[in-house]
Amino acid sequence: MKPASFCYHAPTSLDEAVALLAELAPQDGRILAGGQSLVPTMAFRVARPSHLIDINGIAELAALSVTDEIVSIGACVRHAAFENDTVSGVTGTLLRKVVENIAHYPIRTRGTFCGSIANADPASEWCCVLAALDGVVLLRSHRGMRRVPSSEFYRGVMTTALEEDELIVAVELPMLREDTVTGFVEFSRRKGDFAIAMALAAYRVEGGAIVEPRIAIGGAEPYARRLQTAESLLWGQAPGEAVFSAAAEAAASAVEPMEDIHNTIAYRRGLVRTLVQRALEAAK
Amino acid sequence: MNERREITLTINDVLYTVMVEPRRTLVDVIRDDCAQTGTHIGCEHGVCGACTVLLDGEPVRACLIFAVQARERSIRTVEGLQRGEQLHPMQEAFTRHHALQCGFCTPGFLMLAVGALEKWPDLNDKQLVDILSSNLCRCTGYENIIKAVRAAAIQMKAQA
Repeated sequence: MKPASFCYHAPTSLDEAVALLAELAPQDGRILAGGQSLVPTMAFRVARPSHLIDINGIAELAALSVTDEIVSIGACVRHAAFENDTVSGVTGTLLRKVVENIAHYPIRTRGTFCGSIANADPASEWCCVLAALDGVVLLRSHRGMRRVPSSEFYRGVMTTALEEDELIVAVELPMLREDTVTGFVEFSRRKGDFAIAMALAAYRVEGGAIVEPRIAIGGAEPYARRLQTAESLLWGQAPGEAVFSAAAEAAASAVEPMEDIHNTIAYRRGLVRTLVQRALEAAK
Repeated sequence: MNERREITLTINDVLYTVMVEPRRTLVDVIRDDCAQTGTHIGCEHGVCGACTVLLDGEPVRACLIFAVQARERSIRTVEGLQRGEQLHPMQEAFTRHHALQCGFCTPGFLMLAVGALEKWPDLNDKQLVDILSSNLCRCTGYENIIKAVRAAAIQMKAQA
């Protein structure tokens, strides 16, 4: 229950960090940001990285900035940063709804948004937000910078487009239009546990009809994604119970749930139906 | 670079200069190298909250941060709560409301509750329960812990 030995590196600039990563990644060098997933894994000795590159001392990675169009979340921005009204507008409101579902407060003071994206746990709430909002992941290596849209970022359970020498420097989320309504609902058996499934819904209403609907699910499949078949049933319809039920049913049909010892495929499918319906009903 | 290195930790305003391997967690170094054994170790993987300390005022799991990461930061532990012979209002309230039995989880709960109330003095009951749900107690059933924290919140505001 004690982590194995590793070499500790504490770069103070991004250039230094990516140079270290290029050198050390082939020797199982890893980035340490919040450490709230990595350190327990090391305590179990499931992970035994030979080098840790601690990026907490790099000032530019701590930035959380908001413009009219984009929220830019630096690699060291903690979950807890979203508990107050730092991020304005509808996107800020949505992030506040989501953050209270993430682990527990003393974990949220350390764990980072971008760390959750990099870790890519199927049950990560931020991964669901990234997928729902079509965010962009900014990756940096000694070879340069690249931007990967959320739809191309995830490859499988805890598997992403990140190359071993790449570091997530920031994630960009769009500022949703002010008339967008949002709802987020997840289910876990105990407060703070990994969610068995979650649903995020967002839409606008123009002339009584739903436009720009977004439905994303997380926790149920290997990675979070939008469900276009369910969204298409909402387009042009008046918001209401019948249309929400139809979308929830479509979502349940579209998912290919993971199965584990506690949760059958049918159970997760049923959860997706219920959670999509509730997320749509909760959207305001 | 995996050999021991010298770091200085500031625990309850006292400086401790110690030689530690990078792999040592903050809670281990607080206990074993700085001899401040009020902070307890429970699960060692972030689930139980027994090792909760305040790092620059924020409650954190001291088993999920390496001691080398806490250099040049302010660490507060249960030993720093009382003033002379006077217990902190949170400690008084835990005693009065019978908020502990075996006491193993108590230092973690005290630091969690003090950290939260120093930041948000006006937490409502729902927020309080949500925050306290982060730590495990296997004796009390939590009701008396919630009562104690509510009572301490009033005292802390009165003294602020």
